[in-house]
Amino acid sequence: MPEAVTLEVFRYRPEDDAEPTYESFEVPFHPEWMILDALNYIKDDLDGSLSYRWACRMGVCGSCGMMVNGRPVLTCATYMEGLLPGPIRVEPLPGFPVIRDLVGDITDFMDKLVAVKPWIIRDEENPLEEGEYLQTPEELADYKQYSMCINCMLCYAACPIYRIEPDFIGPAAIALAQRYNMDSRDEGEQERMDVLSQHDGIWACTLVGECSEVCPKDVDPAGAIQRYKVSATTDFFKSMLMPWSKGAG
Amino acid sequence: MRSHTVSAEGGAAAVVRAEDSLDAHAYDTISGGDWLCDQDAVEAFVHEAPREMVQLEHWGCPWSRQPDGHIATRSFGGMKIERTWYASDKTGFHMLHALFQTTLRYPPIIRYDEWFVTRLLIEDGRCQGVVAIEVATGRVRAFIAKAVIICSGGGGKVFPFTTNANIKTGDGMALAYRAGVPLKDMEFVQYHPTGLPFTGILITEAARSEGGWLVNKDGYRYLQDYDLGTPEPKPVKRSMELGPRDRLSQAFVKESQAGRTVSTPHGEVVHLDVRHLGEEEINKKIPFVRELCLKYQKLDPVTEMIPVRPVVHYMMGGIHTDLDGATPLAGLYAAGEVACVNINGANRLGSNSLTELLVFGARAGRAAAHFAGGQHEPGSTLMAQALDEARRLQRDFLDASGGTERVAPLRVELQEAMEAGAGIYRNEEGLSEAAEKVKRLRERFKDVVLDDRSRTFNTELISVLELSNLLDVAEAILEPARTRTESRGAHQRTDFPERDDDKFLAHSMTYHTEAGTPRVEFTPVTITRWPPAERVYGR
Repeated sequence: MPEAVTLEVFRYRPEDDAEPTYESFEVPFHPEWMILDALNYIKDDLDGSLSYRWACRMGVCGSCGMMVNGRPVLTCATYMEGLLPGPIRVEPLPGFPVIRDLVGDITDFMDKLVAVKPWIIRDEENPLEEGEYLQTPEELADYKQYSMCINCMLCYAACPIYRIEPDFIGPAAIALAQRYNMDSRDEGEQERMDVLSQHDGIWACTLVGECSEVCPKDVDPAGAIQRYKVSATTDFFKSMLMPWSKGAG
Repeated sequence: MRSHTVSAEGGAAAVVRAEDSLDAHAYDTISGGDWLCDQDAVEAFVHEAPREMVQLEHWGCPWSRQPDGHIATRSFGGMKIERTWYASDKTGFHMLHALFQTTLRYPPIIRYDEWFVTRLLIEDGRCQGVVAIEVATGRVRAFIAKAVIICSGGGGKVFPFTTNANIKTGDGMALAYRAGVPLKDMEFVQYHPTGLPFTGILITEAARSEGGWLVNKDGYRYLQDYDLGTPEPKPVKRSMELGPRDRLSQAFVKESQAGRTVSTPHGEVVHLDVRHLGEEEINKKIPFVRELCLKYQKLDPVTEMIPVRPVVHYMMGGIHTDLDGATPLAGLYAAGEVACVNINGANRLGSNSLTELLVFGARAGRAAAHFAGGQHEPGSTLMAQALDEARRLQRDFLDASGGTERVAPLRVELQEAMEAGAGIYRNEEGLSEAAEKVKRLRERFKDVVLDDRSRTFNTELISVLELSNLLDVAEAILEPARTRTESRGAHQRTDFPERDDDKFLAHSMTYHTEAGTPRVEFTPVTITRWPPAERVYGR
């Protein structure tokens, strides 16, 4: 085991730097340290001006996603040990404009989340006095996987379409739409389908599957996109073959 | 969507089963809190809890279910009947996301993400807004408001070893405190008995309610030696591993002093053993526990025991509010961990805090809306106050020169002082030493200097502001801890080991003073139907 490891960290300070640079820091090696611990060591002991986001340090708040040696990961859940001997390169997630150092602007992602209407849509709400909507464990299991997304945006960083087609609504947002579509309490599938088919939605995806590869929570957005394509195609053919059924339905 | 609620694992309590009752929930809460709960607040809480939980269900929270589709419940520590609703073991995560996603439906709700509030705006004795920095740009702005609700959570980062996220620096408490609002019952800090060593990541109480055992270095279920009942193979409510958190954390310390814990590079530990539950049950009931152990401790709880030790988890105290979340400062409200109503008393019952968010969040929201409806023009000095604040931030931090103190070492020294003086067991000597240390750190804080002078996403500026909040919170924990010369719940004084209802069946109110040392007053606990009695577990 080495005593120290070098981190090559992406730096960009818009007030001072014309363009980004990489700065090398030597940090002590500890087998229990994650990349985030190394960044915290830099910030606390070497250079307080390094900027990055983090909060929970237990892989659930979704804020510390970065590129580490070219792969999008949660830095709080990525051991240095697996990346020896280094140097280890740390960069912001691609696809998001860099505000500063390792911090990206996630406005576009937030707008996309809203666009898919990620809330329960029903024609009628039951009064609370009548208690909970019933939902069997099997019905819960239908959508549970898609409800596990922590909005870490690693799937956007990995998505080859999002990089060249910024209007692509993207893996996490589609998985989130699917989370509500498949919820037995929800009746909003058609509304969401309309949104997705207007947007440069699911058709742009070539199902490379990188999004599911990098997902730290096994949400499988690629699977969600695939399911969506199937139901949207069925819908499309229905509308072509039986346009009269719409009014009747 | 990044709020620390996201990390809550086990569940949220509300009476839903036919054999349960509101009184049983109230009694568990009050006895768990060592009779420091305001019983009128607890009664309102247990009464409104089920409705708020159903509301969240209607908003899409994926609660775990029984085979017939009704809500499933599990038991938690200190609880007579199982009443904890859960969404596997990511309950806080699912509650937060369901609520967050539901807010997206309402365009009038405008979020200001990544703005950091540095000061309350007050005129004519009424809170009329806040001053905040936009982290991305460094822009300082006044937000004028007819009512303000603080929901910024706790301050576990005042200690070195905590389950709390990096953002839990007591900011809301410090804002109110500096504005003259008292902080209530701040001496009560909850240690959760089962944190992973080194990271402090929480292993949920659900691991024990599903049948996990706590064993010492000899494989012995040591809690039987601490008046917590006799070991049974299956979990027994209000007994052994399902005793309350304060008692379990205290038992750990005694066990450690007796030399029966396991030494590791990251301190003494005991073992949480869930192996006998089997892989299937573990995956079904506590999958996040397995995920956390695999990712962060490099062990599989299906085949190995989990090393755990007590870890700072929750602050029972907070900004003094009434049952509607109103603080003594007109126009200012607070809800959640940052507030103290007080339903948690001297020791919060596991799974009451998530429910507290719902019940008192709704109450504070309604009360603040009502208050706002009766208010008119904002005061004339607010903009001047905001400009003053912007100048202060520039002068003290971004333009300051010649300082010699860095943020991180001051924070580390503060945390170490708090752990040494105000941990699970306390006494006058340790507390006063810690208080002296905090005073000296305050002096040194004036000499703090930043590496980072940028206005763009300056996280060092935020961390120095957080450090100043931590210093305030530390002071507001230590002074009432010194004044309360008794032992109750999570506040254990080795020099005053007994509970003293004659003197201290009362809430501490800690006021900031310009002179330096805070002022502590006491105000009686509201007792309605449950007179103080002995806390009995396991028998």
